[in-house]
Amino acid sequence: MKSEPVVSIRIYALVFFTLLVLTALTTAIAFVDLGGGWNNVAALTIAVGKALLVILYFMHVRYSDKLTWVYLGAGFFWLLIMLGGIMEDIRKRPSLSPETASTATQSHTR
Amino acid sequence: MSKAETFRAHHFNDLEQQHSAAWIGMWVFLATEVMFFGGMFACYTVYRYWYAQAFGSASNHLDVWLGAINTVVLIGSSFTMALAVYNAETGRSKPLIYFLLLTIVLGLAFLGIKFFEYYTKFAEHLVPGSSFQYEGPLARQAEIFFSLYFAMTGMHAVHMIIGIGLLAALVLKARRGRFSALYHTPVELTGLYWHFVDIVWIFLFPLLYLLGRHL
Amino acid sequence: MSLPEIEHREHYLNINYGIRSWLLTTDHKRIAWLYLLSVTFFFFIGGLFATFVRLELMTPQGDLVQAETYNKLFTMHGVTMVFFFLIPGIPAVLGNFLVPMMIGARDLAFPRLNLASWYIFILGGAFTLTAAAAGGVDTGWTFYTPYSSIYSNTHVALTVVGVFITGFSSILTGLNFIVTIHKMRAPGMTWFRLPLFIWAHYATSIIFILGTPVIAITLVLVGLERIFRLGIFDPALGGDPVLFQHLFWFYSHPAVYIMVLPAMGVVSELIACFSRKRIFGYTVVAFASLAIAVIGFLVWGHHMFVSGQSVHAGMIFSLLSFLVAIPSAIKVFNWTATLYKGSVSYDAPMLYALGFIGLFTIGGLTGLFLATLGIDVHVHDTYFVVAHFHYIMVGGSVMGYLGGIHFWWPKMTGRTYPESWARLAALTIFIGFHLTFFPQFVLGYIGMPRRYHVYPPEFQVLNVMSTAGASILAVGYLLPLVYLIWSLRYGTVAGANPWGARGLEWQTPSPPPTENFDRTPVVTEGAYAYEKDPEEIYTFRKPAHV
Repeated sequence: MKSEPVVSIRIYALVFFTLLVLTALTTAIAFVDLGGGWNNVAALTIAVGKALLVILYFMHVRYSDKLTWVYLGAGFFWLLIMLGGIMEDIRKRPSLSPETASTATQSHTR
Repeated sequence: MSKAETFRAHHFNDLEQQHSAAWIGMWVFLATEVMFFGGMFACYTVYRYWYAQAFGSASNHLDVWLGAINTVVLIGSSFTMALAVYNAETGRSKPLIYFLLLTIVLGLAFLGIKFFEYYTKFAEHLVPGSSFQYEGPLARQAEIFFSLYFAMTGMHAVHMIIGIGLLAALVLKARRGRFSALYHTPVELTGLYWHFVDIVWIFLFPLLYLLGRHL
Repeated sequence: MSLPEIEHREHYLNINYGIRSWLLTTDHKRIAWLYLLSVTFFFFIGGLFATFVRLELMTPQGDLVQAETYNKLFTMHGVTMVFFFLIPGIPAVLGNFLVPMMIGARDLAFPRLNLASWYIFILGGAFTLTAAAAGGVDTGWTFYTPYSSIYSNTHVALTVVGVFITGFSSILTGLNFIVTIHKMRAPGMTWFRLPLFIWAHYATSIIFILGTPVIAITLVLVGLERIFRLGIFDPALGGDPVLFQHLFWFYSHPAVYIMVLPAMGVVSELIACFSRKRIFGYTVVAFASLAIAVIGFLVWGHHMFVSGQSVHAGMIFSLLSFLVAIPSAIKVFNWTATLYKGSVSYDAPMLYALGFIGLFTIGGLTGLFLATLGIDVHVHDTYFVVAHFHYIMVGGSVMGYLGGIHFWWPKMTGRTYPESWARLAALTIFIGFHLTFFPQFVLGYIGMPRRYHVYPPEFQVLNVMSTAGASILAVGYLLPLVYLIWSLRYGTVAGANPWGARGLEWQTPSPPPTENFDRTPVVTEGAYAYEKDPEEIYTFRKPAHV
């Protein structure tokens, strides 16, 4: 049983500070039109970066055994399988919603 | 038996095995949580792909500053949680309790801001259902956005409430001197859970609040 | 001279008496019994619903029940059987009892979570039975939207709450198995010395963990749509009902592997024991279990070929569905190769195992027809599909379950069951099964849709055959209920290893002591070492801890 801390306070503080910076960054970039879907890329990249910082340092994964990595990876990999499979269908067919429907009459009551 | 040994359950051979089992058990549980929230992220991805414009404009009805403040609050609570674990690892009971309480306070602050946001959406008639009102031809698609907004942040809030409950239980146990440098597994595992809930929000914030700001 | 008595040895059944010692137990073996009683109860409830379905289908007219009632009957049959018998079935009963014993552990990693999982199961079942008693659900066990989320006037919310809750029971069981298998194996029990039953349950647990949460959130969304009018699958808002189907089947297809993998694990144990041989190609079979679990997550779209899914996705899912058949086929080949030149005996468990191999093969092959886009267009939503999945779930999983119950009955109870009656029951089930479900392949092929309570008169003969078969099947299922209970009091006392098997669970008395082993086992050989004596495979050391 360990009686030494896994991560030092200094590293926690550095990670915290970085997370704040990244939060400010992603908020600021959001107001700038990067064109062509790059806003999405930027937002997701920063989010993944923040998540990795929390995972590796706050959750000690950087210092954990391989089995932890396996189950962490499995969760996210399976999520990608689900997203990928569904989107592979979605991107090949049109949506059900008329693009410019008027809201004048709705034929079904909710 | 040493004091630490009293914490070993009968079916384990030693504390090391018990801790190792608990740790990996928590990670397996977090994998299930990834898939649980993942279902809603899948719905979001689908409708964002089809209705990008409606989603963008609907998103701008959310208060980006409240969302950003909440993000900072939650990241702060992850920091205090990590410090709580640190103090559990080093056997410092009073700072442990202090940081657990601080985490709870930040968590409650997050929920307070969230429910204030919900209230403003209700007042603006942006809660899906019979009272939903939205200008323009994309109203129906915007209603899907708000359905996902409430479902995803609502489920996140439920997880936070559970987390706060777990933290309160930890405070009570810590006050009774249950944790030490040799045994503090519940603190570690609750920390993992809390950080996970933080990570969900790290993705929710840009996906729900930021997607239309550049439009 | 007094009659010989059972030795008054302390074991897990007699160590404590009283209802509290059962309802508050953390012993995995007692929890297995709690599950055994519960799933048996739900099996017969599900069977009751099936009885009414088959009675209605004896005639072409809808003369027994109204259409709406019929919809409720097949829905409740599906919900009960799938969520409350097939999915928990082997893992919660046999898995709970045997996983710790087979790896040489004293219990599962988290005994209290194990008990919690049973209470959660009961709570979920209570919600669902309440919904049934209050009038039932008519959406089909598949809960397709927008019918389930908006238009149905039945107790959808109550039922989805029940299924949602029960899902957590699955998740906890899977979590427990994974951690236990990773962390609590006895000294010398390396991964490739594990019985294939354990590999099968590990693979199943992966599916529990990664699949169940998806149906959980999907049912939450259906409930929210129904109660709060949150529009996610509502077409009037531009929502997509096919999205529901994607999310639903992302779990529900792997769920069928939850139902069949444990049965395959049982079959591996039975084939090895009753051929007195190692399983041919052990490593390949172990990896095939993992492959089934993983590839099984990639094929869900084959349930949606004609629902409005894009043809592009349909083609991908069709190809992947062909791939998933491969590891299953490998297992069938390997079991067959095990039988070759084995010393085969035909006790009841072996009859079930052999029945499994035959029926699962037929069910699996017809799955390939369904995976073929062109064929599926014609047979989707017909009795062809119904026959396909019943061959696998009933001909496969239920036979595996019964084979396992019979095989490990002496271990669990310390009693043997009457072998002649057991063989009769197995034979009755096999014959009844074929008569029930083979005609359904033909019915589907010639065009009878599923979920219809009326049909053209020319389909009647096959339907009557099917109903007749179902009544034989019912007799076959009732027989074990009677003689197994009878054996608890009047069965011959069983020794530690009545079958002469090689697994660790047979190296401890029947019934086992609460801690499973009096001394920690040390393993020196792989599983199924039938060419050696058990003493050459295992040694026991004095326990360092109790």
